[in-house]
Amino acid sequence: MASPYQRTNVPMDPRHSSRLSILQRFYVVEVLVGLVLTARHFFVNMGKHTLRALGVKSAHGAVTIQYPEERRPYATRLRSLHRLVRREDGSPRCVACMMCETVCPAHCIYIVASEHPNPEIEKVPARFDIDLGKCVFCGYCVEACPEDAIRMDTGILEFSSYSRGGMIYTKEMLLALEPARADGTPSSPVPIPPDRVPS
Amino acid sequence: MSGVALDLLLQALPVAFIMFVVLNFGGILTWVERKQSAIMQDRIGANRASIFGFRVFGLLHPLADAIKMLTKEDFIPARADRLMFKLAPFASVFFALAAFASIPFGDTLRIWGREIQLQAVTLNVGILYVLAMLSMGVYGLMMAGWASANNYALLGGQRAAALMISAEVAIGASIMGVVMVYGSLNMQDIARAQGQPLLPQFFGDWIPAWGILTQPLAFVLFVTAGIAATKRIPFDMPEGESEIIGYFVEYSGMKFGMFAMADFLETVVIAGMVTALFLGGWQAPYLETSGFTFPWGAALPLPHLVVVLLQVGAFLTKVTVVIWFLMLIRWTLPRFRYDQAMRLGWLGLFPLSVLNIVITGLVLLALGKA
Repeated sequence: MASPYQRTNVPMDPRHSSRLSILQRFYVVEVLVGLVLTARHFFVNMGKHTLRALGVKSAHGAVTIQYPEERRPYATRLRSLHRLVRREDGSPRCVACMMCETVCPAHCIYIVASEHPNPEIEKVPARFDIDLGKCVFCGYCVEACPEDAIRMDTGILEFSSYSRGGMIYTKEMLLALEPARADGTPSSPVPIPPDRVPS
Repeated sequence: MSGVALDLLLQALPVAFIMFVVLNFGGILTWVERKQSAIMQDRIGANRASIFGFRVFGLLHPLADAIKMLTKEDFIPARADRLMFKLAPFASVFFALAAFASIPFGDTLRIWGREIQLQAVTLNVGILYVLAMLSMGVYGLMMAGWASANNYALLGGQRAAALMISAEVAIGASIMGVVMVYGSLNMQDIARAQGQPLLPQFFGDWIPAWGILTQPLAFVLFVTAGIAATKRIPFDMPEGESEIIGYFVEYSGMKFGMFAMADFLETVVIAGMVTALFLGGWQAPYLETSGFTFPWGAALPLPHLVVVLLQVGAFLTKVTVVIWFLMLIRWTLPRFRYDQAMRLGWLGLFPLSVLNIVITGLVLLALGKA
């Protein structure tokens, strides 16, 4: 008898059939099948844990990544915390053209322009704040920048704060950041916003 | 020390041992539950609690839990029955602990010219006592459900009572087969009888007459009904985390912790009963009062104290293995719906246990033992 849920003539996978065989209805057998499965996982994993405790470092009894100490490798194109690229003299490469502020869909960038002492360079930001509480990490600012002055390659993902004000990162904080290492791990320490500095 | 004081002390020894073992088992089970489930599911499990950087496989988590529960707000709802509300978790834990009293964990210990039964209470009706204590445990739940002045809690308490009754009928009826085979209600006698050889006319002295061999059907039924009596998944109707939260919905802090503790203690009690009735109790294979006597003729005489220690060790090992098995079931099977659990109890377990009694009677008659 076809299952009432079967619409086509394609034979159903018996495992998905709504009809149970006598053996399955008896339940005890199916329970034992399930118990064997979980018990096998238990013993295999227990053996691997034991091997690891005995010094075999290639044995993994769990798929867990122990997060703060271990990280899964990040993709190279990952968009992480912004940084402002520096010139050789340490001043920002940014010329305060307002492109990123204009393109930003979240309106999280705030720039105040000022004159650069070098007449070759038009302007320099006096202030360059990014409100990370608003940022959507779309990366449009990086694409819009004509000077390659802002990048999102620090590899830093953990920034948090106890207040909204603490999520605003200033020019000095963004300038101090370095790009991530080749393996994707951050090379700069996570900048600590002022309200999180231990008193 | 006078003789009377020594007698009293020696009498208190098994009681203290049982309290120590059962309470510690209950505490460590919170750790076992986390770790075993994690290992079964390819995870690591709770391992962050540390003292001075020492994590010891997450064994400090029960400690951290206790500190957390003791420092939490102890909330009582405004319309609750205050006395009953406070009494309920204590009743729950008390009956779970008391149930262990007549489960034997070793043979008679002879020391300083005295004989000590390794059993907190030597009762001729030990099985009835354990059954009574197990069913009294449900009063704590009903008190909690009723005194909370919360409909969901009341529903949980009612469910607990209904589940307990349907489980208890099967527990009692499946034990009857064991009682018929070994001819006693005294759990120490049953444990001793399980050291006798099974059907010596066929197997000689090779196989001991453990309950799991003489009563296989009763073993399955008892374990199933026993899991139901512990109120844990797959029979967590009283609690029903995914639907009604259950009888302890209004409890917080250590009172809530005591309900959780009572569940674990009941797991230990069920494991102890399974061991005592079906797995030979404190019997180790071929271990007799004078030492090992192997059926192929070899013998290894051992001093009395070593034999007793081996017996207690065998009992604790068996209890540990049974608890592992109960945990395996708890973390493998999905939970029953309320009506499914009722149907399983009344239409599955109970008729089968009656059938088991009939078959046992016929077999005993055929063997000429009745």
